[in-house]
Amino acid sequence: MFELDKWQEIYSTIRKNKLRTFLTGFSVAWGIFMLIILLGSGAGLENGVKEQFKGGATNGVWISSGQTSLKYKGLKTGRQIKFTNEDYKSIKTTVEGYDRISARLFLGNKLISYKNEYGSFFLSPCHPDYGYIKEVDIIQGRFLNTIDIKEFRKVAVIGEKVKSSLFKGADSIAMGKYIKINGVLFQVVGVFRDYSRNDDEQKRVYIPISTAQRVFQGENVINQISFTTGDASAEEADLMIKKSKAVLAKMHTFDMEDNRAINVWNKNEEVRKFKALFAGIRLFIWIIGIGTIIAGIVGVSNIMMIVVKERTKEIGIRKSLGATPWSIVALIMQEAIVITSFAGYIGLVLGVGLLELISKKMPPSEFFRNPEANFSVALMATMLLIVSGAIAGFFPAMNAAKVKPVEALRDE
Amino acid sequence: MIKINQIHKSYLTGQNSLHVLKGIDLNIEAGEMISIMGASGSGKSTLLNILGILDNYDSGAYFLDGIKIEKLTERKAAQLRNKMLGFVFQSFNLVSFKNAMENVALPLYYQNVPRKKRNLIAMEYLDRMGLKDWAHHLPNELSGGQKQRVAIARALIGKPKVILADEPTGALDSTTSLEVMDLLQEINANGITVIIVTHEHDIAKRTGKTIRITDGNITEIIVN
Repeated sequence: MFELDKWQEIYSTIRKNKLRTFLTGFSVAWGIFMLIILLGSGAGLENGVKEQFKGGATNGVWISSGQTSLKYKGLKTGRQIKFTNEDYKSIKTTVEGYDRISARLFLGNKLISYKNEYGSFFLSPCHPDYGYIKEVDIIQGRFLNTIDIKEFRKVAVIGEKVKSSLFKGADSIAMGKYIKINGVLFQVVGVFRDYSRNDDEQKRVYIPISTAQRVFQGENVINQISFTTGDASAEEADLMIKKSKAVLAKMHTFDMEDNRAINVWNKNEEVRKFKALFAGIRLFIWIIGIGTIIAGIVGVSNIMMIVVKERTKEIGIRKSLGATPWSIVALIMQEAIVITSFAGYIGLVLGVGLLELISKKMPPSEFFRNPEANFSVALMATMLLIVSGAIAGFFPAMNAAKVKPVEALRDE
Repeated sequence: MIKINQIHKSYLTGQNSLHVLKGIDLNIEAGEMISIMGASGSGKSTLLNILGILDNYDSGAYFLDGIKIEKLTERKAAQLRNKMLGFVFQSFNLVSFKNAMENVALPLYYQNVPRKKRNLIAMEYLDRMGLKDWAHHLPNELSGGQKQRVAIARALIGKPKVILADEPTGALDSTTSLEVMDLLQEINANGITVIIVTHEHDIAKRTGKTIRITDGNITEIIVN
């Protein structure tokens, strides 16, 4: 079936029926091309949204203090809830199942300087675990550690943008240098890059929360408690949130039902929502993709039917000259397979090429970046087209092979 | 070479059965050149198709070079056609998208002769037909006579024992018809059995024997 001679025979018939070959091939190439573009755009959309979720563990939970909105035990609404170190400690000891936990203090932007360079940057005092929760990428040195907290060390981990605006030219090495934060000297022990593309996230300075409370505040107030839920299921994570809420409600006497006394942001839930959305989008793309492929299949079948019909006489001639039925079937089918696979490949290359071009030339936007085709899917679609081309060619070819040569040769 | 006994053949057309051949007996020796004549619908083409294993028969017996032709698989029939028989048709039946040389070489393709070799042999046969210069032309660039000579070359290339010609001159003018008949006679002179179906007396007269078929029966055998 695969001797060179047969290929030459197929090549010569294809070469001599260029238009027909082109038409057969076009529907296949178009089907694959459209599928690749669809899948690529879907992937681009998903990548874009995924990018939005970067910079923060996907299983993170952030709890911030707010104002009460319900009356509770004789207390009026509008009370400002203030978290303290005690809240952090009691959540840490009573809530089970969390992976990492950290408190944060919101001090806003502070004037930070090094020698003659200065700027206003967001100061973010926290515990060492926050580096993990926020998915901070350390590119030099280290993040904060427990000794920093315990010994109230004046150390700082600065963002890449902070480093580039404070440490310039010959003085570009930040590690070990002392920067002034509101007039207090802190030693730089690490430089980080935040996974999120947000510029503001790169302009942060992390310092030990204990030091910040002592130096800038003089009390034990904190603004936010965050933790990651590890491998916990969605239900287990919800339970952890509920327990934390209960602990805080008891400490600060507010109604458990009061959704504004504290603000809970469960990233996992948001991710779950988007996962469901994208599962839907993927399904949608597949339905359209399969529809496109079916259109391709119908096109191939149609043209193969015509091809066989058109070649009935030729088949009769071949049979009168000694062609066996199987050789006729093989000839038609191989031709169909050669055309579909070649055309499918062209569609594949064009589709992937266009996606490459888009991802190179188009700046990534908030919701669309790096459109990419799942290669194995495209390959599978091509295979499917080849098989359907063969099937489409097979039955008409079988019929043609069954036609008695005398009937095929009969003069019209 | 060819021996048929009591061949019957009917066609089903809708609900009616058309009895085309009603018990044909025929004996053709190797090296003979015979013509089959008859009005249209007499069954002469059907007989030729049965002789060419292009069609089957209902009852009787057919021996081709001592081989009984009966209930052959398509594959076996194809092989016999390829090795024993050569066909020449009224409408030439050349493959339209293949050039003269490729058309002539086609039977050798089904004998698994390598491409280069079969093209070389095809050129030889075209040369013999005086068509060497037309080898790379497509059929629609050839005249009727040239087409028929290509078809004859194609019929000969497989070195058949029998040439079956169905109205070989039916689509040709008289001069070309004579040329084609000269060719067929020359082929016969080389020892190949030639059977020609025709309705032209001039053509029939140039064969050794004329068999007249009327209404599915052999009514007359004339030795020319």
